[in-house]
Amino acid sequence: MSAALKALLAREILLARKQGGGLGAALSFLLAVIVLVPLSVGPDLALLSRLAAGLMWLSLLLAVLLTADRMFQQDLEDGSLDLMTMCALPFELVTLAKAVAHWLTVSLPLALIAPPLGLMMNLDVTSLPVLWLSMITGSLALSLLASIGGAITAGLRRGGLLVSILILPLYVPVLIFGVSATTLMMGPQSSTPSLLILLAITLVALVVSPLASAAALRIYLR
Amino acid sequence: MQKFANPTVFLKLANALLPWVWLVTLLLFAFGLYGALVTSPPDYQQGETVRIMYVHVPAAWMAMFTYGLMAFASAIALIFRHPLADAAAKTAAPLGAMFCFLALATGSLWGKPMWGTWWVWDARLTSMFVLMLLYLGYIAIWQSLDDPHRAASLARIMALVGALNLPIIKFSVEWWNTLHQPASVFKMGGPAIDSSMLWPLLFMALAYTSLFVALHLHALRTEIASRKLRQARLSAIRTS
Repeated sequence: MSAALKALLAREILLARKQGGGLGAALSFLLAVIVLVPLSVGPDLALLSRLAAGLMWLSLLLAVLLTADRMFQQDLEDGSLDLMTMCALPFELVTLAKAVAHWLTVSLPLALIAPPLGLMMNLDVTSLPVLWLSMITGSLALSLLASIGGAITAGLRRGGLLVSILILPLYVPVLIFGVSATTLMMGPQSSTPSLLILLAITLVALVVSPLASAAALRIYLR
Repeated sequence: MQKFANPTVFLKLANALLPWVWLVTLLLFAFGLYGALVTSPPDYQQGETVRIMYVHVPAAWMAMFTYGLMAFASAIALIFRHPLADAAAKTAAPLGAMFCFLALATGSLWGKPMWGTWWVWDARLTSMFVLMLLYLGYIAIWQSLDDPHRAASLARIMALVGALNLPIIKFSVEWWNTLHQPASVFKMGGPAIDSSMLWPLLFMALAYTSLFVALHLHALRTEIASRKLRQARLSAIRTS
């Protein structure tokens, strides 16, 4: 079973690397947001410094969302998903593997790049480690929740907008605790509780999202 | 309950019940509104604006109740393949979204004279807003798929995922709010409310519930009719 899981993960990562598009587009989107924000709220460094962590989280979240509708679409269209229902893995694990692959190829790289980019918004350097920690943890939850939206809209022609309506409300807790970890660090409180709750939310998503995505995909496959 | 799963039996029951439900709704609204607008005293701090509460609080209650009902119906549909449960969830969603909108709009009208602003990023307001987004997402699924069976199955999943997430969202929004604006005090404290205000509020809550039942029965009836119409059209195409 673990061999099949490994093969599936390797396939997904290889496909993501050869196809391109996903990470590149998401990264460009992240950069575009970073340019547009100072233009829209003004170049005041004090203001930007206060906004930096929240804005980096927001752009990470939107960038992940941008790639969500493609997560299952192609595999559904060319029949790969049909084959995967017949492999040794339970179908829930297949969707989990695809979500993890999405995390490894899109969300995680973005989560690693975003905090240093925050320096362009006058992000406090001392908050970098916490922002990294919260983003690395939270980005897994973002990918997992995105897989639910991706699965529900897999068979739709124009699923992009629907994914955002479906998934953004679910992103609220991740955003709140992801940002509060960094803002708390500047104050007297410790950021550990926020990080732990973020981790808990990620673990809940780890359980719920494979079940929900697999159930949604089965509807398209039957 | 299985007996009422049959649409024909359900339709018979709904047709028999509807006039009575409407009658009860009208009576409850008459009592409730009379109590709310005439007999109940103005608040010593809020003055006459307190009367907005009588239309605002029940709307917020109903918005939450309706999501619960929707999630419950979706679970029933998923587990028992109950043919009417999907229709019940589908038709409840626009009603719930409307109650949500009413709660937000009346709250906003109350907030302007009381807080001096139309909107505050208070925990309750925010979670109500997110609830409305969940409703809209659910409705959007039904609207983006042509095949009603497929739409029903996908909508079930979304309703249940939303129901699982709703407590987490509510909890996290409260945490976020207490961090950022502990000064905003917004407490209607259930039992702390005077009985002269409590009974019109309860009547209004019952009136809203009864209104929901009436509208939901109507919507279900329409849904069943449109399903039949679809079937008839499909078979007409097949035979021609």
